Amino acid sequence: MTSAVAANRKPKVIHPLWVRITHWLNALAMIVMIGSGWQIYNASPIFGFTFPRSITLGGWLAGGIMWHFAAMWLLVVNGLVYLTLGIISGRFRRKLFPIRTHELARDIGDALRFRLTHDDLSVYNAVQRLLYLGVILAGVVIVLSGLSIWKPIQLQELTALFGGYESARVVHFLAMAAIAGFLAVHVLLALIVPKSLRAMITGR
Amino acid sequence: MARIRKAVPGVDPKLLVKDAAKLLPDPARRAFLRGGMSLGALAFLAGCDIVDGPSAESALSKISFFNDRVQAWIFGLNRLAPTYPESAITRPFPFNAYYTEDEAPEVEGDTYKLKVGGLVQEKKSWPLSELYALPQEKQITRHVCVEGWSAIGSWTGARLSDFLQRIGADTKAKYVNFICAEGYSTSIDMPTALHPQTQMTFRFADEILPRAYGYPMKIRIPTKLGFKNPKYVTEMYVTNDYPGGYWEDQGYNWFSGL
Ligand code: HEM
Repeated sequence: MTSAVAANRKPKVIHPLWVRITHWLNALAMIVMIGSGWQIYNASPIFGFTFPRSITLGGWLAGGIMWHFAAMWLLVVNGLVYLTLGIISGRFRRKLFPIRTHELARDIGDALRFRLTHDDLSVYNAVQRLLYLGVILAGVVIVLSGLSIWKPIQLQELTALFGGYESARVVHFLAMAAIAGFLAVHVLLALIVPKSLRAMITGR
Repeated sequence: MARIRKAVPGVDPKLLVKDAAKLLPDPARRAFLRGGMSLGALAFLAGCDIVDGPSAESALSKISFFNDRVQAWIFGLNRLAPTYPESAITRPFPFNAYYTEDEAPEVEGDTYKLKVGGLVQEKKSWPLSELYALPQEKQITRHVCVEGWSAIGSWTGARLSDFLQRIGADTKAKYVNFICAEGYSTSIDMPTALHPQTQMTFRFADEILPRAYGYPMKIRIPTKLGFKNPKYVTEMYVTNDYPGGYWEDQGYNWFSGL
């Protein structure tokens, strides 16, 4: 991708191609998983509410399940690629660590006063680090809890780890809520700082 | 088809709604598939003709068949469903079908005969008295519904694998197909049919199977979702031709293993 000439002419790559591809594939997979997951949830709500039909995917239960168990392959394969490359390339270590409490306290304070900046796109502030790490963790939890409700017999040890079928279902739902909450904030921030969005598309 | 009434608190009544029974007749449903499709196109269906509902559905069906193969591969013949103490049994155990409880079939026990056919040596029909004479065992296992809820029940009956041996079934065949009194049907893979916990059930909670739970005979398969556990079973066939099933033909994943 980056020839020596191009590298000289253009600013440094902030997000390498693999980050951009896996990021957008993940966004797609997550949205399909969440929309179809809401459809499945509506068939037997855990809590006293259902999701409006218009924001669910699949039209009815079987359609929702079909979407869910199709998009899961994309989510898992893409997620494994992202995690593997993130670890071996050192990106996670460089970009997401360390998270220091005093920096976090300062950045949260700034954020609450709408003073937190993201001028240097190549460095994540402490709040970003925490959120990204948190959502990656939520992604791992949602996949593991999903596996344990999909295969509570073949993977019964995993299901037991979540406290059994019924509580694994609740964990799966809470992980979805965490990711959906992250997504709302994340998309808003990307729109507030459009150059960060551009960087996640073009790499720079 | 009738709407399901709330049978048990905590069990959702709306699930198997009327329109769910037909394959994409609902324009809204089709539109959702289509809307989702333009989004999903890039990711998993690049290159196919994916602009309209039917092709979205056919692509999704292909993935569902792929998922059947994956699940058959994951399935362990000796992987047992966890069992529970009597105290864990869910009371009352939910009734669930695409009709209400008072519309459930009423099968006459005295004249009932289980018809057995297909790739079996002994193609006779079995009256209840002979079925009850088969060696039986009890299991207290979790029933998991495709809708997401689960309940623990106690089922007593004969191992399907014993019965298949006894009637000289070709256990190399691919499928066992079940037909029920009300016209319901489902089919399972042979490995699941031979699983030690797959049962021809005659009793629920130590009582003769009540009408609501499938009198006179249900097939209890703790390693599969609830809709793969047929009630009011009147016919059983061993076959190599994919038989599908009532819900499976409408889009539920065929293997639906747990
Ligand atoms: C469609 C909606 C989405 C948009 C518009 C979006 C946008 C962005 C942007 C602009 C960045 C760069 C942020 C920066 O420079 O600080 C980013 C990074 C990131 N996003 Fe998203 N995103 C979306 C969906 C998601 C979803 C669904 C997830 C996870 C569940 C996610 C997880 C992440 C993570 C972990 C990073 C950091 C990646 C890294 O540096 O390796 N995003 N996103």
